[in-house]
Amino acid sequence: MPPIISISNLSKTYASGFQALKRVNLEIRRGEIFALLGPNGAGKTTLISIVCGIVNRSEGSVLVDGHDIVADYRAARSMIGLVPQELTTDAFESVWGTVSFSRGLFGKAPNPAHIEKVLRDLSLWDRKDSKVMTLSGGMKRRLLIAKALSHEPQILFLDEPTAGVDVELRRDMWVLVRSLQSQGATIILTTHYIDEAEEMADRVGVINKGELILVEQKTELMRKLGKKQLTLHLQHPLERIPAELAEHRLELSSDRSELIYTYDTKSGDRAGIATLLKSLDDAGVSFKDLQTTQSSLEDIFVSLVREGQ
Amino acid sequence: MNLHAVRAIYTFEMARTRRTLMQSIISPVISTSLYFVVFGAAIGSRIQHVEGISYGAFIVPGLIMLSLLTQSIANASFGIYFPRFVGTIYELLSAPVSYLEIVVSYVGAAATKSIILGVIILATAGLFVPLQIAHPLWMALFLVLTSVTFSLLGFIIGIWADGFEKLQLVPLLIVTPLTFLGGSFYSVDMLPPFWQTVTLFNPVVYLISGFRWSFYGIADVSLAVSLAMTVAFMAIALAIVAWIFKTGYRLKT
Repeated sequence: MPPIISISNLSKTYASGFQALKRVNLEIRRGEIFALLGPNGAGKTTLISIVCGIVNRSEGSVLVDGHDIVADYRAARSMIGLVPQELTTDAFESVWGTVSFSRGLFGKAPNPAHIEKVLRDLSLWDRKDSKVMTLSGGMKRRLLIAKALSHEPQILFLDEPTAGVDVELRRDMWVLVRSLQSQGATIILTTHYIDEAEEMADRVGVINKGELILVEQKTELMRKLGKKQLTLHLQHPLERIPAELAEHRLELSSDRSELIYTYDTKSGDRAGIATLLKSLDDAGVSFKDLQTTQSSLEDIFVSLVREGQ
Repeated sequence: MNLHAVRAIYTFEMARTRRTLMQSIISPVISTSLYFVVFGAAIGSRIQHVEGISYGAFIVPGLIMLSLLTQSIANASFGIYFPRFVGTIYELLSAPVSYLEIVVSYVGAAATKSIILGVIILATAGLFVPLQIAHPLWMALFLVLTSVTFSLLGFIIGIWADGFEKLQLVPLLIVTPLTFLGGSFYSVDMLPPFWQTVTLFNPVVYLISGFRWSFYGIADVSLAVSLAMTVAFMAIALAIVAWIFKTGYRLKT
């Protein structure tokens, strides 16, 4: 199946000379949730803004479902809904009015039933007649999502959707995003919260200083770059690691009550655990408990960005 | 053509007028009434007829023009500047809307408001002075052309301005003085010959002259010149708007 968004050699240099994007190539698959991660100023918003038509590209091409974003902008843009990072709303308009306005702007005939559904899904129905300026920050965030969904887009861009949003609302948004995906929408989100990407994304892209340094299936990324640790809580503290256990590259905790075994998930070291446990038994080292921990996407992200610096 | 978008923007802008009825419609009507009281009744009663028309009636076209020019600019400039200021312009730029549709809807709404305002001021004037409109179709044509042209100018100012001060700069420092000096309250013939020549460099003279001709059949310059100048202003404004959208000036980086 052809990608729903195809970005080729996309570069952007602002009038100030700042190069925000450097020959970015990226394909977004139909129906996936794609998380774009990167530190502040990495180029995430510029990339989204070019695809949506807010910023002009300097070089390269972007196709949305085969439509060039410049030559065939109507077809391309009518497929996209954008939730911007900033809470930019028409303060004096009513909730119903501003969401209906967005639908018309994107070329769709009025459909009160759809607007009602969107507002109900986002828990805004009770406030449909309220002026936007009377809404709380979280409600305004949901309103921006409602506006973006008003014209039934197939692609939804969420630029930092949960910035400044409380934990409960964050969870609600994740549920909403998943339900949109189940209805066939493709979702591209940028986020600072790595756990959000870890929780939500099918694939992850990491962008730093305008360069896309990695695009990977999330599970694959974590398998490839993730590390696991096995911690053994010893029955009796050890003075030192016994010589017969040297081949296992173990570490002894500072209080000498734990042995730590670190292994790469990608190198298939799991088999080594069985050998290690047997060696421990042979060496007469007994343990009362054990636990394994896996590095998070955050650890992976930080190490990737550090490597790039 | 994305007619749904044109209707959405047009309706949104007209709704803004209803929300701000006081400043959009009522305040220009009150200030125009004050002009009639001061210039028409108080001072006008001591001024002889101008070219056979009572002074109160003579100033009606000029007063309508004064409101038309300033309000067209104010409405159109604010209409496009405000989304830029608060950031909601992102939605317009990301929508499947052509530049022509954006201009038609914003300028169309601003011009509509101005035309409604012009008609209201005309009706208000009828309460103070006896009115006659010799050429109603020409009057309507000048009303529409002037409203559209100055709404286009307002749209340009709304794109150009990077602060509320600049939004006020052109209407206050250029348009209002040019309108006052453009024969709103006098006939160009009443000036000394040197100032008559200087006045002809003021573009607003042609708008007021043509508009006054449609009322009373008298003009400072010929009707053809007035019409040609009005159309020329519109063509210049359209060319600037086309350039703005071609380059993305102040809209897209």
